Amino acid sequence: MKTSNITLAALVAAIGTLMLTSVAMAAGADLGGAEKQATNWHAIVMFVIFVGMTLGITYWAAGRTKTASDFYAAGGGITGFQNGLAIAGDYMSAASFLGISALVYGSGYDGLIFSVGWLVGWPIILFLIAERLRNLGKYTFADVASYRLGRMPVRTFAATGSMIVVIFYLIGQMVGAGQLIKLLFGMDYLYAVIIVGALMMIYVTFGGMVATTWVQIIKACLLLGGATFIAFGVMSKFGFSFEALFTKAIEVHPKHGAIMSPGTLVNNPLDAISLGMALMFGTAGLPHILMRFFTVPDAKEARKSVFYATGFIGYFYILTFIIGFGAICLVATNPAYLDAVKGGLNLRGGNNMAAIHLAHAIGGDMFLGFISAVAFATILAVVSGLTLAGASAISHDIYASVIMHGQVTEGKEVTVSRISSIVLGIIAVLLGIVFEKQNVAFIVALTFSVAASANFPVLVLSMFWGGLTTRGAVLGGTIGLLTSVIMVVLSKAVWVQSFGFQAEIFPYAYPAVFSVPAAFFFSWLFSVLDNSPRAAEERAAYEAQAIRSETGLGAEGAASH
Amino acid sequence: MKSAQHLASVDHIRNNPKFAELVRKRTVFAWTLSVIILVVYFGFIGIIAFNKTWLATPLGTGVTTIGFPIGVGVILSSIILTGIYVYRANGEFDELNRQIIEESR
Repeated sequence: MKTSNITLAALVAAIGTLMLTSVAMAAGADLGGAEKQATNWHAIVMFVIFVGMTLGITYWAAGRTKTASDFYAAGGGITGFQNGLAIAGDYMSAASFLGISALVYGSGYDGLIFSVGWLVGWPIILFLIAERLRNLGKYTFADVASYRLGRMPVRTFAATGSMIVVIFYLIGQMVGAGQLIKLLFGMDYLYAVIIVGALMMIYVTFGGMVATTWVQIIKACLLLGGATFIAFGVMSKFGFSFEALFTKAIEVHPKHGAIMSPGTLVNNPLDAISLGMALMFGTAGLPHILMRFFTVPDAKEARKSVFYATGFIGYFYILTFIIGFGAICLVATNPAYLDAVKGGLNLRGGNNMAAIHLAHAIGGDMFLGFISAVAFATILAVVSGLTLAGASAISHDIYASVIMHGQVTEGKEVTVSRISSIVLGIIAVLLGIVFEKQNVAFIVALTFSVAASANFPVLVLSMFWGGLTTRGAVLGGTIGLLTSVIMVVLSKAVWVQSFGFQAEIFPYAYPAVFSVPAAFFFSWLFSVLDNSPRAAEERAAYEAQAIRSETGLGAEGAASH
Repeated sequence: MKSAQHLASVDHIRNNPKFAELVRKRTVFAWTLSVIILVVYFGFIGIIAFNKTWLATPLGTGVTTIGFPIGVGVILSSIILTGIYVYRANGEFDELNRQIIEESR
């Protein structure tokens, strides 16, 4: 393929803006042969505008990123409203936009189960975690978990949990990115994934949390605006009547009336509860989300950010649901969007493209270009947040605290963080290639199981239970982590579909119902059995922690206000 | 930050009855709301797990099923509950907190 060679040569040779121009040129060369010329040009122009804008912001942010606090937490100077938007931008992933609308498109009501699950973690974060996290921590949630516990073991554990979550989540995002750009540019999946990896490395390495925050805010506004427009377009075609929309969907969908109630997504009660636990508690254990609470000046702003974020995210999930049903009515009925070879409801470019095709059906080539750019922006914003969280776990938790015992300059720590961002970017690209064929929404569900089973129990117990000791936290958390990872590996999604074995060993799709209680139980058990002198000191230190946690006295950044 | 003055503040807060009041009120409030959202959500999941067909009951004579307002209702209740918490925490509780910090200086 000549085009691929041009693209490859361009990619190898160029970085930054140079790379973008080359991509535009390479894709332009592709237009001669392919069918969707006009569409491609709109998408390309908007991609370039967005990326140019974000690189401009990164340049600006790089000038303001001097200290470790700037790099990890944007200097704590983000307002509650801005942070709410950034959280929404961090959380509304390509998996939720493309994946949920694809789920609704494929099976109707089942998509709503995911939407609801993805939202209900937020009240829990607000009621139990946000303000205490802000009061106790500095840059990572490991700061909080290790506040009065053994620094080395607890940080090592928390950083490991963070890294596993970050890497799983990155896989889902990279796969979404690859599929999307592949469809739009006719470009090889490989190069698409490399572009995303390169851009996120640039944002995070040079612009740190300041650039990441603004990329997320801009993306949130674009995504909310774009999704509102699609949903509005869908509803206007049905006279703003859900009844009319559903009637048409039931008529054209091969599953007919079955799309109006829970179907095959969850096949047994245990899986339903397990998925629910994973989504709810997993949200409260995502390192890139928890990290966002350190960017606001105090607990008051931390609370406000959750309220705004919950509102934006809830609204967005209602939109994705309308978008999924809209796709059933307007995309599945148009042969131009369907995959003629696979037949049925299968879409050209895969079913994750339901929302993208719908954008074209609603707003034509120009709007398709816009939504494609938005989806691209979505992926970039999420992977940047993830990469920053992963890099912080490596530099702040592992390098500065565990390896150097805190004896390290800020400059050195930030340098290590920047290097880690680049390494993570490379790992993300490689994993994106390996996991090309997986359903992105499903991978994200696995991520949530691990976050719910490893990070969440230790974080909650460290804040609320004075009896927790280092031994309890590390052993209990590790048991939760291992149980969830092993069960996921032995489940059908990985054991059979990825590894190619005949039958799965773990019979359920989601491990959370076993692994979350296991983590809590063993954390408790090993804590109460811990009679070491250190354990006694740790229990005694809880009162001082509680005072800071409840009042914010002595909290990072707050004391100087 | 571990100055003598800071430690004195910590000591003062520990013995301030307002601190006990703040912690008690906020803890009860936070856990009450947490239990509400847990019941709402796992109630929803429980229905999916054990009584899927009930969610397929049509509303009136139309095609829209009872599952839709219930699902959307869970989303809206999440937003409303966070709003309620932030309203009280950023008002009443923060005022109490301010007094505690003030008195500890």
